[in-house]
Amino acid sequence: MNLYYRVGAERDLGTPAVNANSAAKGGAGAAPTVNVEIDGRSVVVPEGISVMRAAALAGANIPKLCATEDLAAFGSCRLCLVTIEGRKGYPASCTTLVEEGMVVRTQTPRLAELRRNVMELYISDHPLDCLTCAANGDCELQDMAGAVGLRTVRYGYDGAHHLDKPKDESALYFSFDPAKCIVCSRCVRACEEQQGTYALTINGRGFDSEVVASQNEAFIDSECVSCGACVKACPTATLIEKSVIEHGQPESAVITTCAYCGVGCSFRAETQGGQLVRMVPNRDGHANHGHACVKGRFAFGYATHQDRVTTPLVRDSIEDEWRAVSWDEAIRTAAERLQAIQARYGRKSIGGVTSSRCTNEEVYVVQKFVRAAAGNNNVDTCARVCHSPTGYGLKTTLGESAGTQNFDSVLEADVIIVIGANPTDAHPVFASAMKRRLRQGAGLIVVDPRAIDLVQSPHVRADHHLQLKPGANVAVINALAHAVIDEGLEDEAYIRARCDLEAYRIWRAFISEARNSPEATEALSGVPAAQVRAAARLYAGAGNGAIYYGLGVTEHSQGSTMVMGIANLAMATGNLGRPGVGVNPLRGQNNVQGACDMGSFPHELTGYRHLSDEATRRLFEAEWQVALDPEPGYRIPNMFDAAIGGEFKGLYVQGEDFAQSDPDTQHVYAALSAMECVIVQDLFLNETAKFAHVFLPGCSFLEKDGTFTNAERRISPVRKVIAPLSGMDEWDITCRLATAMGYEMRYSHPSEIMDEIARLTPTFRGVSYAKLAELGSIQWPCRDEASAGTPLMHVDQFVRGKGYFAPTPYVPTDERANARYPLLLTTGRVLSQYNVGAQTRRTGAVAYHREDILEIHPTDAQVRGIVDGSWVGLKSRAGETVLRAKVTERVQPGVLYTTFHHPESGANVITTDNSDWATNCPEYKVTAVQAYPVSKPSEWQEMFRRFTAAQQQLSEQALSEA
Amino acid sequence: MTVGAAKLVRMAEQITANMAYTDDVELVAARVADHLNRFWDPRMLMALAEVASGDADQLSPALKAAVRQLRGVKGNP
Repeated sequence: MNLYYRVGAERDLGTPAVNANSAAKGGAGAAPTVNVEIDGRSVVVPEGISVMRAAALAGANIPKLCATEDLAAFGSCRLCLVTIEGRKGYPASCTTLVEEGMVVRTQTPRLAELRRNVMELYISDHPLDCLTCAANGDCELQDMAGAVGLRTVRYGYDGAHHLDKPKDESALYFSFDPAKCIVCSRCVRACEEQQGTYALTINGRGFDSEVVASQNEAFIDSECVSCGACVKACPTATLIEKSVIEHGQPESAVITTCAYCGVGCSFRAETQGGQLVRMVPNRDGHANHGHACVKGRFAFGYATHQDRVTTPLVRDSIEDEWRAVSWDEAIRTAAERLQAIQARYGRKSIGGVTSSRCTNEEVYVVQKFVRAAAGNNNVDTCARVCHSPTGYGLKTTLGESAGTQNFDSVLEADVIIVIGANPTDAHPVFASAMKRRLRQGAGLIVVDPRAIDLVQSPHVRADHHLQLKPGANVAVINALAHAVIDEGLEDEAYIRARCDLEAYRIWRAFISEARNSPEATEALSGVPAAQVRAAARLYAGAGNGAIYYGLGVTEHSQGSTMVMGIANLAMATGNLGRPGVGVNPLRGQNNVQGACDMGSFPHELTGYRHLSDEATRRLFEAEWQVALDPEPGYRIPNMFDAAIGGEFKGLYVQGEDFAQSDPDTQHVYAALSAMECVIVQDLFLNETAKFAHVFLPGCSFLEKDGTFTNAERRISPVRKVIAPLSGMDEWDITCRLATAMGYEMRYSHPSEIMDEIARLTPTFRGVSYAKLAELGSIQWPCRDEASAGTPLMHVDQFVRGKGYFAPTPYVPTDERANARYPLLLTTGRVLSQYNVGAQTRRTGAVAYHREDILEIHPTDAQVRGIVDGSWVGLKSRAGETVLRAKVTERVQPGVLYTTFHHPESGANVITTDNSDWATNCPEYKVTAVQAYPVSKPSEWQEMFRRFTAAQQQLSEQALSEA
Repeated sequence: MTVGAAKLVRMAEQITANMAYTDDVELVAARVADHLNRFWDPRMLMALAEVASGDADQLSPALKAAVRQLRGVKGNP
């Protein structure tokens, strides 16, 4: 373990820096300061901060209970009183701002007396079980009693009190003990200001005041989303992690990066003797600023779940029992089999797939393995099935395959468009920042077939919800752009200065055609023309218009077209290249951006450089000492088709579960069954491992050193909190496999891999572990050694030079509702679960989401005799499955919705092999289906159960030996 | 045509349809060929060319013209 990264306790300066939104400004320019005197010392501090914060900056910690720098000052505890020369009384230092020439005293005999009196009242109604209290060692009330020198409680303890209030243990990961509450409102304010859910409130007045969840409900039944902000804010043991109650206070902490979604929150992994006790969001984390969600904060139990496989396994065929073997034997077996396949079927008959769940370094070595050791370009990554159209679309129009802004930019947006994304569920921490901006008054346009939470939630309401039919994205984006041009709302000066004018002329003529008008597209999209026009006016006239989008944009047969349509709209309205605007993909997985950056696609090397570029190829050939194939290799779906066709025989799969996550499951099963050697590297024997011949146990993010790159291009360090359970680093597995195949790959630490990446990639110049330790995180591009990163892209000009307006004809999908399949199924995820659920299903989160549910509109349910809670058969041209129904108006008539977190749901048995025209990203979001009441599982589900039971049996002996 | 070849034709026609914002067949063909050359494995290009050399009338005019510009295909410049 690298002790260098161990960090001490977080310091709390009491009140926020000048302006909670200031982080977005990137700290440019010198902020105005004032001179104040605190306890006889003259200090220069930023203008606009509180006396409390100024004192803390000057080294004086004024006693406080209701204040924390994560929340706006509140002034309720009366502990932080000070005296200010020339002023009467004892102002609260948290709510008093510094002024030029102010003379402050933070400690006098009178102040000491007042503070003791306040503490005396608090303690007269507080249990005195400090020694056995879970917060012992981390209790601000205890600290303050010590700080103010409380020695007696003159009132006694027999008066009216709250000590008999029962605990609420209903929340999964934390406990609520109202007997210990001092009603400082920090939890209530955290729920409002940080999370934006407003689940907590103060009930009653005066002495009767109490914190309650929702309408005085148990936490589990309330609106609480278990983000843990209240737990972090609580100064006592009232709200505390159950893991701390169980284990005691952590003794050490390591700063690392969450491995769930593309927000990439920075966390303090707090441990006790090498055991993880809790994950606490890092206040200095630039992506999350001290906030977290239920998954990152609490759902880490999978890392030590009993299903973890920590020994390598091999077998000859998938009907055979697994054998537990040594690392040497596993690597040798894998290498020999891959070599034998190449000898028999040719160099190009094998390939590899990198994982967006793994670190940049691990991904880099896998694509290097394929290109250098296997000697072909059959490498792809799971971004194929999520954001590959983002890469294509943004590269074509803007010149770089990445989002244009940092997350903080949203705090300067005036109008926000959210398209095909459900941030409150899938990117909760970013959603909280977005909701803060919406509460401040920013406009909101939601483009989604479903009424997602953002359409209407506490203090947030969309100005326009363009509730389109699945598959009509391009029709709607074209209609918005048409309205902009038609009504003369374009930013002519910006276009002239920044964009390719010939391309603009062609695009303008195209988009102005009547077929793209809101009136003409209304019948295709179901969105009223007047609403489209109103939304276009709102966005174009915003000042700062920002677009955020998700897989509801990319996972369509026209995903790439839609991404280009979004970029066109932003360029036409001048909404690129400054804070508060931009085109921002919300990446599904923690390292989707990174996996793409690392050269995982079959046609390009790191930094999105095409293989056909000879200079780039030469650079890699010199570094790697090997000749590279200049032709693109197979994408994942091509690999499957080629496997079924008999010419693709061996696959090395890093942390990806095709058999559950990829569309048209039966086709995937056929492809995997057709291969002679499938090598799965994963934490668990996942669905794909049922078809594998070699299993190489991987590491959880807690067991590795490396980096993840989030959706805002932020490279953040991942640090070893515990040693690999398998005894082998993941990057090392790949290196050994390459070496066993005759291509030597050796590094002594992942930092050397990053150094190699930085040498070979112009956008990573100067990126190193030392620099990451110094800066905390770095947003690429770094175009020279001295660069500290680039929060905003395309500032003076687009990366491609002039912005390119790509014509975006609306080509409807072949997957259309018809008499046989009259409904459209679309898919997504829920807050508590993560993608295929391999991790979250192995945590307490199953309590929140035990099974995938089919949402169906009351009208569609009624005509089919489907009632709430009943089993529904679903049939598409690809397959058939059975799910439980939820009858709800969240979906429109004609549209069904489900999630894909549980393999036995078979959501992907239904989805088809239709894909994006440019990138083959599957069309998960549109499947024509029929629904009907049933009484038993589908044939596929019966087969799945039998197959799962059989495969389980084949691993039992090997795992029990191990 | 094999199942695999039929799927390649379907994918190539999809690319062609999405490039066809103009009636200029030659322009569309050039863009389709560029896309295929940049993103498709040569084995897929060959298989597509094979279909075209067999029964070219199955292909749209723009795709037919694009196939003549595919890299590494026999008879192409």
